[in-house]
Amino acid sequence: MEYVIEMLGIRKEFPGIVANDNITLQLQQGEIHALLGENGAGKSTLMNVLFGLYQPEQGEIRVRGKSVKITNPNIANDLGIGMVHQHFMLVDKFTVTENIILGKETKSGLKIDLKKAEQEVREISERYGLAVDPQAKIADISVGMQQRVEILKTLYRGAEILIFDEPTAVLTPQEIKELIQIMKTLIKEGKSIILITHKLKEIMEVCDRCTVIRKGVGIGTVNVRETNPNELASLMVGREVTFKTEKADAKPAQNVLEINDLVVKDSRGLTAVNNLKLSVKAGEILGIAGVDGNGQTELIESITGLRRSESGSIQLNGKEIRNLSPRKITEAGTGHIPQDRHKHGLVLDFPIGENMVLQTYYKSPFSKAGVLSFKEIYQKAKSLIQEFDVRTPSEYTLARALSGGNQQKAIIGREVDRNPDLLIAAQPTRGLDVGAIEFIHKRLIEQRDNGKAVLLLSFELDEILNVSDRIAVIYEGEIVAIVNPKETTEQELGLLMAGSKQKEVGEQTNV
Amino acid sequence: MSNRVKNIIVPIMAVILGILVGTIIMIVTGYDAVAAFTALWNGAFGEIYYTGEVIRQVTPLILAGLSVAFAFRTGLFNIGVEGQLIVGWLAAVWVGVAFNLPPVIHTLVAVLAAALAGALWAFIPGFLKAKFRVHEVIVTIMLNYTALHVTNYIIRTVLSEKSDRTEMIKETATLRSSFLEGLTDYSRLHWGIVIALIGVFIMWFLLEKTTRGYELRSVGFNQHASHYAGMNVNTNIILSMVISGAFAGLAGAMEGLGTFGYASIKGGFTGVGFDGIAVALLGGNGPIGVILAALLFGALKVGALNMPLESGVPNELVDIIIALIVFFVAASYMIRLFIDRISKKGVK
Repeated sequence: MEYVIEMLGIRKEFPGIVANDNITLQLQQGEIHALLGENGAGKSTLMNVLFGLYQPEQGEIRVRGKSVKITNPNIANDLGIGMVHQHFMLVDKFTVTENIILGKETKSGLKIDLKKAEQEVREISERYGLAVDPQAKIADISVGMQQRVEILKTLYRGAEILIFDEPTAVLTPQEIKELIQIMKTLIKEGKSIILITHKLKEIMEVCDRCTVIRKGVGIGTVNVRETNPNELASLMVGREVTFKTEKADAKPAQNVLEINDLVVKDSRGLTAVNNLKLSVKAGEILGIAGVDGNGQTELIESITGLRRSESGSIQLNGKEIRNLSPRKITEAGTGHIPQDRHKHGLVLDFPIGENMVLQTYYKSPFSKAGVLSFKEIYQKAKSLIQEFDVRTPSEYTLARALSGGNQQKAIIGREVDRNPDLLIAAQPTRGLDVGAIEFIHKRLIEQRDNGKAVLLLSFELDEILNVSDRIAVIYEGEIVAIVNPKETTEQELGLLMAGSKQKEVGEQTNV
Repeated sequence: MSNRVKNIIVPIMAVILGILVGTIIMIVTGYDAVAAFTALWNGAFGEIYYTGEVIRQVTPLILAGLSVAFAFRTGLFNIGVEGQLIVGWLAAVWVGVAFNLPPVIHTLVAVLAAALAGALWAFIPGFLKAKFRVHEVIVTIMLNYTALHVTNYIIRTVLSEKSDRTEMIKETATLRSSFLEGLTDYSRLHWGIVIALIGVFIMWFLLEKTTRGYELRSVGFNQHASHYAGMNVNTNIILSMVISGAFAGLAGAMEGLGTFGYASIKGGFTGVGFDGIAVALLGGNGPIGVILAALLFGALKVGALNMPLESGVPNELVDIIIALIVFFVAASYMIRLFIDRISKKGVK
């Protein structure tokens, strides 16, 4: 079998860390090859080595059997290697064509020949089934379309080998289906693909072979046809992984959070939460299911004090907390794992240690008479980092340098450690791998078992069905149904979330 | 190479490159570079008198640098140091002229008045930013001109009778010291340097050690996360500007109570406030860095006065060198790239 790319025994070190150790990846002509690993396992490092952004300390790279030294991305380009980045590198105000030709413009005299370029873009996009309007502005097209532009960019530059870096993380289910189709067309046209991912479902669906790396070490390559998701997961994590979260029955007690007739407006001034009524009891996990944009974000923000609400009441342990400051609400006994961990959860330019006291820095023992005790702060951070398995070189490392999963573990450690009566978790596992997801679910259930109330917001139905004790379905700012996860199905939830079964179940909402 | 080492090497390289290019300019324009630099050195450190003058010059530069650095570390860009300095200068002189207080106390009150005036002047952009999200750069730039003309008006109409300067401050309010002057062969060195060094300590302690400093830095880095964590973002924005302005006001007091002893009508800006931006930039916005950068700029400025006398090189050349240094610091990406290349080769 002919290999188009061989990375043999690659080793890459950074000060204090071996990011890649003896990893071998061989890509066959015309296959989709998955690169699987947890967050921070070294997938991106390996691909950056291939793309010429890093130089390996050891190992050899061969392209079509010939040993090559890729010292910068231009060489990678010339060798026909193209990368579709997870975070798109596009100029918003340029058109699709302008973005694609950027840096490789077709000129007539001093002018850019846009007509010719557009023609070329159209030809390529038709050939590979990538329907995009060459004249549309990037700012006006959907995320899925933007990704197609990224793919076109690499094809325009003559890429034969395409690297997709977690391409489905930002896509809707429909867009994922389309992307998979595109990838299959690309293979038919003779391209080869490396797919970086930690989503096992996708690997099973499209990939031919799969190379697994764990903590920077190459574990091996398996044929996808001969394996199953469970085996892949345990290869990746290094132990058995349970997909079905084990938990005892909930023992719900008194109401911790009680919301009545809550009205919240969104940033445009439209009513996002409409006379909403909801309660969460001690000792239970209440999951909120709903299609994004039905008032979930506004609901969470108004409970936690990040957004002012118009009217209604929010009571925590019988005390009114509506429109109090975030600090007062925190001190009243809430913890909040925010939806956007970079925007709200962390100060990325602070060391991870200082992030661990973001809500408690002003209290003893971290602060005495207005002066911080860094000894106490870092001691606390160290113990949390250990307890919650946050993988970081040290507690002095900037939060920015940690992988997404470890950042999230740090936030969860911080919030759980305060032992709040109400823990609000908004999309706590977004973008994380199965190992981290399992860990986080366990922690949420642990809080519940300790008699705390947990409010879980997620757009992943699997997660909602798995973890919740009760599910509240939100539609257009109202709770339209409360269902028992043991008695419902994805189909029923889907219908409720779409608002089509509102009437029939409306009567059951009085819990 | 660690980032820390790089952060120290970059400004040093910038200074070396600035001097190097300055030398080339001198050679090209037909001046004797060796004589020029000798004159520069002699003019700054050749005699104890000059050294005293350098330290005097360094004093307001440190405080102006601290002002910019403090705002920068808390996420704000204070271009208004110049205006806050002018206002502080006037306030110090006002107290120095109009009040009758015992020595030391009079000085302290005048110094505090300057800090307060600078703080109030900076409160305006801070408040506008916190309340209406008006960008502080625009407001502070405009307030520089406002400060210049308002103080000129007050000097002309309130503090004097249509004269172009105030009377001298009372002896009790002065920062001048016959002891320090005697020590440095009758330079204008005054006690202000002590205040500047205390300012350095305050900035470091406040920012790095206190709970308030933690909040200020946090808000500077990420307002959303700070709000989420229960900090009052608006209060911290205003406070950051106010503290920055207080440092700038102190810089004004150094001129008003130390170097000059009066306030006069100004045709244009003093430039010290703007030099503060360069000092903070070169000093990496750190307290020690600010001292070193201020020392360099002060020595260059004082030494430059000697260049035309001793070597016939126009002292504007020093302005060119300073501009080049600022340029190379601003273009530090270039230097970092260069260091990376060299250290990579070294490994292989």
